Amino acid sequence: MADQKALFEFLLRMGDNSLILGHRVSEWCGLSPVLEEDIALANTALDLIGQTQFWLGLAGEVEGKARSADDLAFLRDAWDFRNVLLVELPNGDFGQTLMRQFLYDAWSSIMLGRLMTSSDARVAEIAAKASKEVAYHVERSGDTVVGLGDGTEESHKRMQAALDYLWPYVGEMFDGDEVDAAMVAAGIAPDPAGLREEYDAFVGKVLNQATLTVPTDVFHHKGGRTGYMHTEHLGHLLTSMQWLQRAYPGATW
Amino acid sequence: MDQPTVDTIWDWLDQVPDPEIPVISLVDLGIIRDVRWEGDMLNVAVTPTYSGCPATSIINIDIETALRDRGIEKLTLTQQLSPPWTTDWLTEKGKAKLEEYGIAPPSPKGEPDRCPNCGGHDLERTSQFGSTPCKALWRCRDCLEPFDYFKCI
Repeated sequence: MADQKALFEFLLRMGDNSLILGHRVSEWCGLSPVLEEDIALANTALDLIGQTQFWLGLAGEVEGKARSADDLAFLRDAWDFRNVLLVELPNGDFGQTLMRQFLYDAWSSIMLGRLMTSSDARVAEIAAKASKEVAYHVERSGDTVVGLGDGTEESHKRMQAALDYLWPYVGEMFDGDEVDAAMVAAGIAPDPAGLREEYDAFVGKVLNQATLTVPTDVFHHKGGRTGYMHTEHLGHLLTSMQWLQRAYPGATW
Repeated sequence: MDQPTVDTIWDWLDQVPDPEIPVISLVDLGIIRDVRWEGDMLNVAVTPTYSGCPATSIINIDIETALRDRGIEKLTLTQQLSPPWTTDWLTEKGKAKLEEYGIAPPSPKGEPDRCPNCGGHDLERTSQFGSTPCKALWRCRDCLEPFDYFKCI
């Protein structure tokens, strides 16, 4: 049997990615440039929060301390979160939000595809469910990146700026450590580094279509998925997301 | 009372409307995956349409209420994720009712066959997403009416 502690960590990483990105995207609700985009972003956020319930629900089950998905989402502080830094970054303008969504969706669609053949049936089931939704997300975020990148002079400039800002956060999604090694050994999840080639090919094609230039600097920020050090933005996000449980501990619906 | 047959239970569930699109039943929607008796315990397996669909918890309450009202006392609802829900599971009856209601039913080609209002074929997509996770927004250039399309997944 796989190392349950490593599996718990892995599931937190999956769940925290979708939770934090879902929350970020939900911040657009009622504020998007046009109604259709508002609805699209809200729906994307909803899918991500739904996927979070599965990942964190399973994490709680694996941990065996009777913590529910809600407990994990609302009763942990910044240092316990295991999401990559990319998803906690502020939304910026609409273009930056969609660029971040595309960079994440592209990774997520490849990752979920691999997880569908996980040796752990519970992981494979969640991945099969989520991957259908993410396929839809990446189609839209990719189209929007192309539309705005290859759009007006202003939209192109903003999309290039968004890519330049976000690109140094992409590398963390392909980092690996002893948790990943344990997952690979148990056949539960792939080595993150093994997704890079497919990712670069796919993302490169879309960004090329969008007339955008991928930065050549290979430096990348890290510390989110290991919990070593998040950006200052995560704490601010949590004060908003966890406000109710912080103000009224134990409140139930 | 005598234990109702599984077929009877399916009939009862076919009378429970979807909370968001009440013209179709939960059975029409294809989310009831299994109904079985285990001794005197009735088990109903339900699969979510979309992971984050807010109607999921309401659906569970509606199933439970409908069955308890008909005298089922021992009942468990299980969430079944695999295989994931697909619009292929919508019944033909359900698809016809959707169209009658003004929602274009899912089509294997990935876009609506015709305008549910006028039957026109000159259609355009306004958004990949719509008022609920399962729908997208379209518009008919013949009658100029917007309409919902039940997304194909």
